[in-house]
Amino acid sequence: MSFTGKLGWDSIPFHEPLPLVTAAIIGVVLLGVFIWVWRRGHLPYLWSEWITSVDHKRIGVMYCLLAGVMLLRGFSDALLMRSQQALAYNSDGYLPPDHYDQIFSAHGTIMIFFVAMPFMIGLMNFVVPLQLGVRDVAFPTLNSVSFWLTCSGALLINMSLVIGEFAKTGWLVYPPLSELRFSPGVGVDYYLWALQISGMGTLLSGVNLVTTILKMRAPGMGYSRMPMFTWTSLASNLLIVAAFPVLTACLGMLILDRYLGFHFFTPEAGGNQMMFVNLIWAWGHPEVYILILPAFGIFSEIISTFSSKPLFGYRSMVIATMVICILSFMVWLHHFFTMGAGADVNGFFGITTMIIAVPTGVKVFNWLFTMYGGRIRYSSMMLWSIGFIVTFVIGGMTGVMLAVPPADFVLHNSLFLVAHFHNVIIGGVLFGAFAGFTFWFPKMFGFTLDETWGKRAFWLWISGFYVAFMPLYVLGLMGMTRRMQHYDVPGWHPWLLVAGVGALLILGGITCQVMMLYVSIKTRKDRIDESGDPWDGRTLEWITTSPPPAFNFAVLPDVKGEEAYWGIKARARENRALSDRPDYEPIEMPRNSPTGIVSAFFATAMGFALIWHIWWLVILGFFGAWGTFVVFAWRDKAEYEIPVDEVERLDQARRRSKATLLDLPEEALS
Amino acid sequence: MALAACEPGILNPAGPIAAGERSIFFNALAVMLAIVVPVIILTFAFGWWFRAGNTRAKHLPQWAYSGRLELLVWSVPALAIMFLGGIAWIGSHDLDPPKPIASQARTMTVEVVATDWKWLFLYPEQGMATINRLVVPVGTPVRFRITSAGVMNSFFVPQLGSQIYAMSGMDSTLHLRADKVGRYRGLSAHYSGEGFADMDFFVDAVPQAVFDRFVARAKAGQGKTLDWAEFVAMARPSRNVRPASYPRLQPGLYDRIVMKNGAPEGEQARDGREQ
Repeated sequence: MSFTGKLGWDSIPFHEPLPLVTAAIIGVVLLGVFIWVWRRGHLPYLWSEWITSVDHKRIGVMYCLLAGVMLLRGFSDALLMRSQQALAYNSDGYLPPDHYDQIFSAHGTIMIFFVAMPFMIGLMNFVVPLQLGVRDVAFPTLNSVSFWLTCSGALLINMSLVIGEFAKTGWLVYPPLSELRFSPGVGVDYYLWALQISGMGTLLSGVNLVTTILKMRAPGMGYSRMPMFTWTSLASNLLIVAAFPVLTACLGMLILDRYLGFHFFTPEAGGNQMMFVNLIWAWGHPEVYILILPAFGIFSEIISTFSSKPLFGYRSMVIATMVICILSFMVWLHHFFTMGAGADVNGFFGITTMIIAVPTGVKVFNWLFTMYGGRIRYSSMMLWSIGFIVTFVIGGMTGVMLAVPPADFVLHNSLFLVAHFHNVIIGGVLFGAFAGFTFWFPKMFGFTLDETWGKRAFWLWISGFYVAFMPLYVLGLMGMTRRMQHYDVPGWHPWLLVAGVGALLILGGITCQVMMLYVSIKTRKDRIDESGDPWDGRTLEWITTSPPPAFNFAVLPDVKGEEAYWGIKARARENRALSDRPDYEPIEMPRNSPTGIVSAFFATAMGFALIWHIWWLVILGFFGAWGTFVVFAWRDKAEYEIPVDEVERLDQARRRSKATLLDLPEEALS
Repeated sequence: MALAACEPGILNPAGPIAAGERSIFFNALAVMLAIVVPVIILTFAFGWWFRAGNTRAKHLPQWAYSGRLELLVWSVPALAIMFLGGIAWIGSHDLDPPKPIASQARTMTVEVVATDWKWLFLYPEQGMATINRLVVPVGTPVRFRITSAGVMNSFFVPQLGSQIYAMSGMDSTLHLRADKVGRYRGLSAHYSGEGFADMDFFVDAVPQAVFDRFVARAKAGQGKTLDWAEFVAMARPSRNVRPASYPRLQPGLYDRIVMKNGAPEGEQARDGREQ
């Protein structure tokens, strides 16, 4: 047994220039950013205010940042795939199967686990405590641990670019292909440990947000008064808590197969590959609702806010959300009708799948009736929302078609399927994330995003989406299956060229988003959100300043109905005065802690060591991470106090800005 | 979609199963479009009419509930889904892959083994085998028994209909019939590793007389007998394999492949398939 395990110089793919050059560019950029930060003296600030922060708002922002960076990585993979398929008619293209197979596996894994998930978790982290009118999540330090464990997984996946290889098995590593006999390399191990570590983070985050929503609401914030986004967050996090252990167990069994010679999924020794497929989808189907439910919540908030109307059919929306939450666990078999389960089983799961379309349809109608009779302001967020409704009903339609077993028998695994899930994930989850990010950006940073570039991004994204994915529906009907490195059917070629153009349009959309951030940051002084309420909001996050103070609310708001902040604004306008000046008290807030990043550092080392069989480092990493928890558990001081003067000063400033916003006289403040 | 119909694909069925599946596809599409198209039109209509600048539009800033509309928004999708659910349930039973196809002609059996990365077709009744080329008599229902020698694949001929996974240790049944003479593209519809893109084959649906001649010619060929040893040799990974045939077939080979869980002895080395 060697000191570096399986790791050696031959693990670096010197024969493949593409990943090495990419990694070199990324390395230089990262180094440049680091040097810039260091030379400007921002390092202590970054360490004490962000990296070790346990503030849910900061952690939420960092989740979104991680998602944005990983979106660039996942989208580069998409460009490679689209260009390969555009070129590979009757030729091998420019990516050999060995490389192409890693790219589509990495694309799926990254987009789901490290783009869609962190984006949604980031927005939930940031918004939910504010909407509930509380000061932080239930377990602030655990929140930081969750985030850094997610980063740890993302880091491991990106390391596979230059050290070793990534899985060549597709994003769900079906055995037997993912077993040692067929995938002896480290690729599948990278996948497994990256997801085990980040999956732990996700599960902890789910526990944290469920506890927060169930146990920590402002006075008067009953379940029937919670904003829609908080409701969908609750549903989504309940699903995380229920589904992620299934993923962990399922991948754990594959790890036992690969590391210790177990035979859970190896047919030649009595194992059963179909068990893996069942388990992975028992997690995988709830997973798509984990992603889409918060997006539904975001659209509910945005459509209601920009139509200047309450959400239509609030109770129906809550019921629909919870029905989706429960039903999502009863449909997993539709991912493998073609396994041959028999007509009764297939028919049953086909019907349960279709039933989900009922609450989803209710939501769509309720959004339409929310717009009815409103005064719709067309911000970029509203454009994303309208684009979402139109795109999502098309994606939902093709989804229901795939749920009809006999139709699935010819559409399964085809590009029709690929088009379907991109239709709902881009048109639903990603549009939702972009809309939500634009919506809450001023709350995060205190200034609004540039609308011109935001709208350009929208138009390029939506046209790019249709140009890239409508051809895939057609190709699916022509019998083209997914994951083809090359092909020789002349009829497919033109459609794949069109799809390639669509990917370029989306590239334009992403470029506009980068420009939007650049322009907005550059002109931030002109776009400051003084009032803390830039969109005429209806929920509690808009009552506080932008960005909110560390403690969110000087005094926890007293909630007196649905749309708490809308009610407060209405009363203030009616009385020509703000609520009475509250009695301020000093506030205790949790201290920042390096526990998260230190334990994630050790977890990364342990994951890397497990992948490369460096056993001494595995032990070191494990005890390092465990030791970090012990040190944290024995801490003497958990909180610090914000003095009453400071609380009063900040809240008086807030009250002045609200009086200005509501056009109230000076004496209204007293 | 009109263009897709000109290309060979699932919208150009060449047999009863594919035809049944196409009509279910179109029925489901029609039912869904009846809701989806109005929803899209309403979205644009509401979005346009209730824009902030339009002072002629009705303004209902407090309107957030209507019992009648609630009933409507729950019942419209529910009715559509009840209808579609019926289609799904009946279709699942009518087009269940193991269900024999009622036919005047006697059903013929073909055994399919997915190997890395080619398809092996065993004709137990004719006592021969082919690689990457399947010839069937037109109008004769074929009972496919499908398994794999290693990783998962999916046996799929789009113009004939249903696909079924090929899994090692499993013996799956699929009934198909070609009603039109022609050459159809078949493929693996489940990713199976490096040589996956070349794992396609041709299905020739020919008149019975032509099929008989094909069998006679294949059986008169010079090749080896396909027995266990030969199977182990041919199952080794290879890519882009030209169609070939075996004139003789060891009886019971398919069952042995299934019972061995698709793992030929000596091929079970722990560290990879290159052994």
